[in-house]
Amino acid sequence: MAMSKLVYLDHSATTPVAPEVLDAMAVTWSETYGNPSSLHSAGRAAKRLLEESRESIASSLGVRHDEIVFTSGATEADNLALIGASRARAARGGHIVASNIEHHAVLHALDALRREGVESTLVEVDEFGRVDPAAVAAALRPDTFLVSILAGSNEVGTLQPIEEIGALCQKRGVLFHTDAVQALGKVSLPLDGVSLLSASAHKLHGPKGIGFLWIRKGTRLAPLIHGGGHERGVRSGTENVPGAVGFAAALRLAFAEKDQVVPRMVRLRGRLLREVLQIPGTRLNGHPSESLPHIANFSFAALEGESLIMRLDEAGIAASTGSACSSPNLEPSHVLLALRVPISMAHGSLRISTGRQTTDEDIDHLLEVLPHAVSELRAMSPFKVGE
Amino acid sequence: MYTEKVVEHFRHPHNMGKLADFSAVGKVGNIVCGDVLWLYIRVDKDEEGREILADVSWETFGCTAAIATSSMVSDLAKGKTLEQAIEITNRDVATELGGLPPVKMHCSALAAEALGEAVYDYLVKQGRPIPERLRLRHEHIQKDVAALEKRYAAFLGADEQAKGSPGCGSCT
Repeated sequence: MAMSKLVYLDHSATTPVAPEVLDAMAVTWSETYGNPSSLHSAGRAAKRLLEESRESIASSLGVRHDEIVFTSGATEADNLALIGASRARAARGGHIVASNIEHHAVLHALDALRREGVESTLVEVDEFGRVDPAAVAAALRPDTFLVSILAGSNEVGTLQPIEEIGALCQKRGVLFHTDAVQALGKVSLPLDGVSLLSASAHKLHGPKGIGFLWIRKGTRLAPLIHGGGHERGVRSGTENVPGAVGFAAALRLAFAEKDQVVPRMVRLRGRLLREVLQIPGTRLNGHPSESLPHIANFSFAALEGESLIMRLDEAGIAASTGSACSSPNLEPSHVLLALRVPISMAHGSLRISTGRQTTDEDIDHLLEVLPHAVSELRAMSPFKVGE
Repeated sequence: MYTEKVVEHFRHPHNMGKLADFSAVGKVGNIVCGDVLWLYIRVDKDEEGREILADVSWETFGCTAAIATSSMVSDLAKGKTLEQAIEITNRDVATELGGLPPVKMHCSALAAEALGEAVYDYLVKQGRPIPERLRLRHEHIQKDVAALEKRYAAFLGADEQAKGSPGCGSCT
C-alpha cells in the first residue's frame, strides 16, 4: 500500500512553518547573524531586523511597537504577565481572577503565586465553555489587581466575551490579561480594556520557540529572567532574531490571507459539526457558533480517546484527545470536566483543529475513516451506545 | 512509545467480543480511570479430565495498551488449567508484548486482575473453595472500587455509565 500524505488536523497543537515564513527567516541564520546588542555593523543589521519585526507585529495588532516584548513562547508570556504583574506591586498578597478553563501556563502560574501569598479565584464556565462577565465582576475583590481570561479555548474553541470583560476591568481599575494564542490572526481582538496579551508563533505557521507579551504602556511588570537588560529590562537574554522575524512574517501572512482562510475554516467546521454529530452517541464539546473557526471538539460514548487517536493515526490522520490515557498524569482534561462533560464522555474526546492548508478532501478522508474507527472500538467495548 | 507487538494486537485483537456460552466473567476497571475490562471464560474438561479455560474472550473500553493487554491475556489464558491461569501475572502480559510504557503498566495489571476475577467468579458460581491468594486479590480489588467511587463521587453523580461498573485501584 502506498503511503498517502498525512492529513494533519492538529493545528491547535502546532503548525508547519509556512514557506513564506521560512523565506523571511533565511537571512537570519548566517547572513544577518549579529547580536542585536553589538555596536558593529553585523549587530546593527540584526537589531534592524529585530525592530522591523517588532514594528510589523505591533502594526498587525494596532498597538505601539515598544509595547511588544519577545519571549520564548506563550507559556513564558503567560508567566511573565501573571507573576511579573504580581511582583511589580508594592503591596504583598493581592488577588487574581481567572477562569477554570485557562491553559496550564496560567493555572500553574497561579499555583506558584499562591505560594507567594497571591490568592486566586477561578470563575466557572457554563456547559459551552463560556465565561460570564457578571461572574467575573462578582469574583472581583477590593484587592484584585488582575483578571486573566483566555480569548479562545485551545481545547474546545469557545470564544470569550473579551470586550465586556475588558470594559469591566477598565471600569474597576484592574489589569486584564488574555492568552490569545489560538485567537490571534483568526478572530478580531478588541483590545480596549486589555492590558496584557500573550501569543505564540508556532500556532500560526511560524517557528517554535518564540512568543510575545503585549504590555500596554504604563503596565508595570517585574522581570522573571534577569540578565543584560534586553527587551527594555523586562526580559533579558540575547534576542531570538530568527524567531522574531519568523513570527512577524507568520502574522503578516495570517492577516493577509485571513479573508480566504477563516471563512474556509468556518465552513469546514460547519461540515464537521453536521456530519460527525450524525454518528450515534456523539456530542459536541464547546459552543456551536461562539467558537474559534479552526477547533471542533467531540466526544464519543463507549470508547476511549487515546485508542481512537491511534486508529486515526493508522489511517494517516493526526488529531488529539483530552482523554486521561493520553495525558502523563492520567487525568482527563480539566477543560472538558469544567464544561461538565460526563467523565466517560471526557475519556472519549476528539479534537480536530484545521489549518491554512486544510481542504475539503482532508475532511472527506476523516469523515470516511472516523465512523469505522468509532464502530470498531465500540465493538470491543463492554458499554453499548443507546442502552 | 508502543512496541510493534502492542500495535499488532491493537490492530488485530484476538478473542474480542462476548462469549455466547461463557461460564464466568471477571469485570475490572472503572470508567473514571478510562479503562474497563470484562473478561469471559468458558470452562471445560480436557482429555485428561482437568478443568481448563476452553475459551476466553473480552470486551474492553480503554486505550491502545488496554486493548493490547486484553488480547494478550486472552491468548495466554486459553487452554490453561484454572491453577495455571491464576498464576499469570501482569509482568507476563507486559513481557509477552515486548514491554509497555511505564505509565501504561496499570493496563497489564488490569488484564491479570480480570483473569483472576473471572476464575474467582467461576469458583463462586460452582460453590467451590476459593484459594487464599485469589480471595485476597478479590477483596483488594473491591476495596479499591469503594475508594475510587468515593474519590470521584461528584463526577460519577453526573455519569450514568459509571454506575455499577467495578473499579481499578491501579491508577489511583
